[in-house]
Amino acid sequence: MSDKTTSSNKSLLNDAGTRALIFQIVLLAAVVFVGYYLFSNLQANRADQGISTGFAFLNQPAGFPVLIHLIEYTEADTYGRAFFVALINTVVISLMGIVLATIIGVVMGLARLSNNWLVARLATVYVETLRNIPLLLQMFFWYFAVLAALPIPKNSIVFADFFLNKRGIYSPNPMIQDGFGFVVAGFVLSIVASIALVVWAKKRQTKTGLWFPAYWASLGMIVVITFLALAASGFPIEFDLPQKSRFNVTGGMVLPPEFVAVLVALSTYTGAFIAEIVRAGILSVNWGQTEAARSLGLRDSLTQRLIVLPQALRVIIPPLTSQFLNLAKNSSLGAAIAYPELVAVVMGTTLNQTGQAVESIGLCMLVYGTLSLTISLFMNWYNKKMSLTER
Amino acid sequence: MKSNVGKLLSTAAIAATISAGAAASTLEDVKAKGFVQCGVSLGVPGFSNADSNGNWSGIDVDACRATAAAIFGDAQKAKFTPLSAKERFTALQSGEIDILTRNTTWTYTRDASLGLDFTAVNFYDGQGFMARKTLGVTSALDLDGATVCTEQGTTTELNMADFFRKHKMSYVPVVVQKADEALAAYASGRCDVFTTDKSGLAAHRSKLADPAAHIILEETISKEPLGPVVRHGDNQWKDIVTWAMFVQVNAEEMNITSKNVAKIKKETNDPGIKRLLGAEGDMGAQLGLSADWAYNVIAKVGNYAEVFERNVGPSTPVNLPRGINKLWTDGGVMYAPPVR
Repeated sequence: MSDKTTSSNKSLLNDAGTRALIFQIVLLAAVVFVGYYLFSNLQANRADQGISTGFAFLNQPAGFPVLIHLIEYTEADTYGRAFFVALINTVVISLMGIVLATIIGVVMGLARLSNNWLVARLATVYVETLRNIPLLLQMFFWYFAVLAALPIPKNSIVFADFFLNKRGIYSPNPMIQDGFGFVVAGFVLSIVASIALVVWAKKRQTKTGLWFPAYWASLGMIVVITFLALAASGFPIEFDLPQKSRFNVTGGMVLPPEFVAVLVALSTYTGAFIAEIVRAGILSVNWGQTEAARSLGLRDSLTQRLIVLPQALRVIIPPLTSQFLNLAKNSSLGAAIAYPELVAVVMGTTLNQTGQAVESIGLCMLVYGTLSLTISLFMNWYNKKMSLTER
Repeated sequence: MKSNVGKLLSTAAIAATISAGAAASTLEDVKAKGFVQCGVSLGVPGFSNADSNGNWSGIDVDACRATAAAIFGDAQKAKFTPLSAKERFTALQSGEIDILTRNTTWTYTRDASLGLDFTAVNFYDGQGFMARKTLGVTSALDLDGATVCTEQGTTTELNMADFFRKHKMSYVPVVVQKADEALAAYASGRCDVFTTDKSGLAAHRSKLADPAAHIILEETISKEPLGPVVRHGDNQWKDIVTWAMFVQVNAEEMNITSKNVAKIKKETNDPGIKRLLGAEGDMGAQLGLSADWAYNVIAKVGNYAEVFERNVGPSTPVNLPRGINKLWTDGGVMYAPPVR
């Protein structure tokens, strides 16, 4: 009996799969244990030193102001709310930066491949300059150099009800009045109608081969219907106009220079990298494909849209994802020029006022991790959608 | 602290984590390494500033040197770590530095919840505002609607918020990460007003292109007692840092300076002074220091008046009046407990 047990034990231990499993369990246990040990050590040391721990501070009143807040925020609000204000600022600048950088990148990437000598050279200069200068320096340039060139509030540049000075760009602020629901309804209705139109056009084309400019027609429809709804409800929008005051321009909507500088720096810097990715993607598509498309009689624009771009995208998307991630993380440099994003508000002011270093940095890591993974997930989904479907 | 586990996993990272918390005594550590490590500012003239040769000077630097003199009899056995406002407390908590002497305001929350102990006040300050003269503002109460630039991560941000809220005035805050860039934003016209401690305003104004074009408004909107900070829980170390400062103030009161201290020690009949300078009694041993520790502080660093005059007084570019930092006997608030 003892023989039998030994032999079965032996065979189990000699089994590669079982051993791999055992090692993985041991490794996992070790990782969890080290993590637990480090954490309890941290807690013990902080308790020894009399440092308070935990996230209770998020419910305390913050007491400090934040320059840009897209949700209601005053000094009397809590650290938790300040955190959300900062989170929104980070997400907004990242998403706007990604959209702008993509547009700039595609335009510049195509321009660099242009047959026009001047256009191609200008794009080359843009790419080589911007991607070789540190982003922080570029932010300082956009912030301090552009600020220095603008007039003081007293001498604002005025255009209709728009003001431009060192404090930002001031524009009329639309205030929604009663009856705006009618306009929203009209807008939604027109969108539903245009989706139906696009579906119908596609079906008809598949069936009969007749082509219909569905996208332009949809755009026109949305504009016309929304405007008619506005007119029918008697234009239920009033504008809060900016006005000069003692120190400044007050009222209206303001785009502060901190926001503009961070957005411009982020999108032009990342745009330079995206331009190169787009250029590489387009060059990766064999010229024979274009020739074949032309020999079929396809117009150049259709060749690009239907033949070249779908193939180029397969090369473009993975490195593009990296650039989007870089942009989102680089938004943290905005702290240096007073843009109140996550690093500035949570790791700067909150950490300093409360002394909760581990908690504050942990929160920031969690946010950047989540933000990056979300972008990554979305781009991976898009990549899969665009990849070659093999049958 | 969980010794078996410690042995099992004695990687460098873990060892570092433990050593930060479980240090036996700061004094022993400092004696073993042979110098005091102090956290100072990135550069505020008069408080802590490095010259082109890397020599640090200023009131805060002298507070650190006084401690070095007390322990080693040598004021030069001090090393300095420049820290930004938001790095300073973590650096002290984690044991990277022994003393934080970085114009840090003594507040309730910092004392109670950060695992820190404030020792003594080496400069009584208060927050103020600086504005362009062309603005025509003379009082901080005229600042309704103003745009205000300041450095991030300081009590300044909160005081400013409190001040405007209290007086029901609106304002636009521009909070920049570093003091120099905040000043640059002010200089470029992004803000109407720059705010920080009044001593800092004077120091920063001296860096502007045309200092005479800027006015420091009269109001002081807060109390800012600045002084050295140590980690909570090491009472002996706290006493040493505290009394290195008190000794300098007492020395000024007794008219003992770095120049005459040797002579006084030899000639005096005053038992109090004899005890202070280590000619009598065991004052040094009570702190774990040599008998002549206080003598060394005064001889190597000077009394409080000398420190003040040398770093921020009217003969320096910072040019601050002594103000409330005068001795209590001269109408100020600088008051040290007696040495006995």
